[in-house]
Amino acid sequence: MTFINYAAREINCKVVYYGPGLCGKTTNIQLIHARSREDSRGKLISLATESERTLFFDFMPLELGTIRGFRTRFHLYTVPGQVFYDASRKLILKGVDGVVFVADSQEARRDANLDSIENLKENLAENGYNAATVPYVMQLNKRDTPTAMPVEEMTRELSWRNEPIFEAVAPKGQGVFETLKGIVKLVLLDLKKH
Amino acid sequence: MGSGMVIREEDHSRLTGLLERLVAESSAKFSFLIDRAGQRIASGGDLGEVDPTALASLVAGNVAATEGVAQLVGETSFASLFHEGQKESLHISSAGPSILLVVFDERSSLGLVRLRVQQLTAPISDAIQLIEDRGETVASSGVAGIGIAEITEADIDALFG
Repeated sequence: MTFINYAAREINCKVVYYGPGLCGKTTNIQLIHARSREDSRGKLISLATESERTLFFDFMPLELGTIRGFRTRFHLYTVPGQVFYDASRKLILKGVDGVVFVADSQEARRDANLDSIENLKENLAENGYNAATVPYVMQLNKRDTPTAMPVEEMTRELSWRNEPIFEAVAPKGQGVFETLKGIVKLVLLDLKKH
Repeated sequence: MGSGMVIREEDHSRLTGLLERLVAESSAKFSFLIDRAGQRIASGGDLGEVDPTALASLVAGNVAATEGVAQLVGETSFASLFHEGQKESLHISSAGPSILLVVFDERSSLGLVRLRVQQLTAPISDAIQLIEDRGETVASSGVAGIGIAEITEADIDALFG
């Protein structure tokens, strides 16, 4: 839920990074945190297990600057990707303004990507969203892996609403800010429609 | 869903006033009103060194998880949550669609906090309801000279330098 505070002159939006286990959602957020100016980023919170698998969510507030006199702040969340954490994923989508789907380009993760997209659609619907209209972009991550599937093939299989698609190698930072910019643009432009 | 919430100056001062009163009357340290998506709507009292954004997000996550648990055991929700620490304690409850958090220490007590929360929940919920009933959205808010509705792609590009 976009939250506009005229008293504080702030726009607050919530973006959720979604995708199968180990696709690089947390890496995206960590990279954004590492490469953002200290005065524009908040604390990065990771509710993770000892083996660094996300247990509930990662969270990071990011201030992007001023637009038409309003400070724009984005709250970035990731969901836990593992299948059995579905209850948590559902909760984190509450009040979401935009979704980034992070797909794993490795051929072995083909089914996991498809399952996760179906799961996203179900959970958006359960939260009262129209999955076809919520601001949405897709990131094809791990483009540098030896078994990475061709972009055209992944697009054909995973794209379902003509969404913007970004190629990425998250640990190296490739495509991470492009993806963020893609979703920020859709979320802010979507404000006009409501 | 996703329609958003528009807080005006008068909403902000009304809510802040109510939270300040809650803090004063319950001898608490500070109080937050948080939306279910984890954004802080208003606060009262002295936050000290606390990171308000992180706190709001985690409390909303905590409430969401607890509500999930409630539904699993056949309740719709739990009326309140209480976390007791060695020095600081938290009282979390619902105020209409929002979450009310009170942080207090040994200068207060759970009983007093709970009493004051009960007394002030109705006016806080009413204030939120007022905002919801107004049904104001970003596009419709039309406050002169604000121009959120005129955001352009160039504005957004400028954010990323």
